[in-house]
Amino acid sequence: MADMLTQPEPKAAAEPSILYLEGVSVSFDGFKALNSLNLIIRRGEMRAIIGPNGAGKTTMMDVVTGKTRPDAGRVLFADDVNLTHLDETEIANLGIGRKFQKPTVFESLTVFENIYLAQKTKRSITETLFARIRGEQLTRIEATLETIRLSERRADLAGDLSHGQKQWLEIGMLLAQEPDLMLLDEPVAGMSDAETEQTVALLMEIAKDHSLVVVEHDMEFVRNLECTVSVLHEGSVLAEGPMDAVQSDPRVIEVYLGR
Amino acid sequence: MGPISSRLLALESKRSWTAIVILAVIAIVVVPFLNLAVPEGSLFHLSTFWVATLGKYLAFAILALSLDLIWGYAGILSLGHGAFFGLGGYAMGMYMMRQIGERSVYGNPDLPDFMVFLNWDRLPWYWFGFDQFWFAALMVIAVPGALAFVFGWLAFRSRITGVYFSIISQAMVFAFMLAFFRNEMGFGGNNGLTDFKDILGFELSQDATKVGLYIATVVALLIVYFICRAVVTSKLGRLLIAVRDAESRVRFLGYSVTNAKLFVFTLSAMIAGLAGALYVPQVGIINPGEFAPAKSIEMAIWVAVGGRGTLFGAILGAFAVNGARTYFTAAAPEIWLFFLGALFILVTLVMPHGIVGVYKSLRSGELTAAIGRRLRRNNG
Repeated sequence: MADMLTQPEPKAAAEPSILYLEGVSVSFDGFKALNSLNLIIRRGEMRAIIGPNGAGKTTMMDVVTGKTRPDAGRVLFADDVNLTHLDETEIANLGIGRKFQKPTVFESLTVFENIYLAQKTKRSITETLFARIRGEQLTRIEATLETIRLSERRADLAGDLSHGQKQWLEIGMLLAQEPDLMLLDEPVAGMSDAETEQTVALLMEIAKDHSLVVVEHDMEFVRNLECTVSVLHEGSVLAEGPMDAVQSDPRVIEVYLGR
Repeated sequence: MGPISSRLLALESKRSWTAIVILAVIAIVVVPFLNLAVPEGSLFHLSTFWVATLGKYLAFAILALSLDLIWGYAGILSLGHGAFFGLGGYAMGMYMMRQIGERSVYGNPDLPDFMVFLNWDRLPWYWFGFDQFWFAALMVIAVPGALAFVFGWLAFRSRITGVYFSIISQAMVFAFMLAFFRNEMGFGGNNGLTDFKDILGFELSQDATKVGLYIATVVALLIVYFICRAVVTSKLGRLLIAVRDAESRVRFLGYSVTNAKLFVFTLSAMIAGLAGALYVPQVGIINPGEFAPAKSIEMAIWVAVGGRGTLFGAILGAFAVNGARTYFTAAAPEIWLFFLGALFILVTLVMPHGIVGVYKSLRSGELTAAIGRRLRRNNG
């Protein structure tokens, strides 16, 4: 595996990219979920990805995080690591964090323990068995809890949190992982308006020092993120640009309203 | 103080330490005293039958702990733990067979009776070394561990989980039963290994030896309990619970789910092997019946009855169900299996967290509150 990690890949673009997808195709039983998809996320960028159901948004994340192997195409992380042959664990350890569509936290552990497990440390079994929590680690966990506004609930079981709070906890777990790239699949699904607003603020804060890809249905939320938007349709990028430009694009209107 | 440390303290509270010390003293000092020092006929005399029966329960408690470790914590339900228990038992049985020597029926100093009967002229290669206790003791742990490692590696790497894992583990133990029934396997076939004479030079028929084996089992249970406790209160213990809750999330956090499961499954199998090795000298026989699928399922019932996901619950469940068995098989043998079935249904439907769960909800007042609500609803 080590060979594969260090294997040099041709430089993808002149500008440094954190994620580079070129000609990626995936099909399930003849259905083309991704159709020669090209997508470049620059380092430090926040990118929103929208698109109707079945446009390939979640499949795209599955390919990047190693859950699904593409039939064709290249997926480069930080310009030099090919992700297409690595599994979920290896990709996570390279520095790619992912939040699922349905909030996925460890319900029978406390909020604190959820962050503790996510925190960037050596992941081997022996290291984990003999791990002792240190003061500096504790400080960082507390800081993360502060960021996701769950300090008060640190000793509660994650299963007792509201839906929105679980979403935040999962974002907090991602933060604790200290990834270079964060992929968020529908981070405001099922949230109240107030919670959505707070999440916008949270993501803007996180975007200051992380590269972020946000997949979302909620147009108002995406507009508030004030970032470049890529519209996916039938497995490839239909349009790309600021929200206003994308929304007035006749092809996008056709896809969203036309059928 | 963080919630982790406070939860750790709750687990290691003064009260639980006191309980452990009291139980250990009763088990190691009081029980042998009542058996050996109190004269027979006295009201307080504990018969050797009961000491041996307690010893058997203790071995089952160790087995229950091993199953709870993987089922209660990591969420892997093995219905084939009898394989590891049986292999540990056979390893110890082979040692005791070799100790018989010339005292066997055929009087062959080099071959166990069943091999003489099969007209074998020498010991099969896999019996070498078993005349040494240290070698047998090593195999008690190593053979189940190696089997679990290989079986687990194949299963967990292919991401076989849930009911599929349970079924193939059941198939594994069934395969062992069929294999060990065959005389040509060299493990005594249908009859298994029995007629043991002594262990480490102590005659098994002596009361003192029986008490000695009993005490060894108590000590083993204590050690295993502390090992399990160290594992489940560690960060790895939380990772196992995390695997149980959301396996894919663990993977995306960068932990190897395969390695975590493999570690705990192998450890569990080693503990089950130890339980088997302590069980066999106390009951005096090991045969392929220990590999019967029903036995492996019953182990899951012990853990469910006691309360899975709590170490104490597993021990309690092993004692409760086996105590009930001892009572019923003497008092009303024909209803024992019905009782066992009813018990399992009852636990699944009304006590999902077992006896320990009922105790906890009684203490926290949840249960009384629930009953109160129901009463009010019925009255109103």
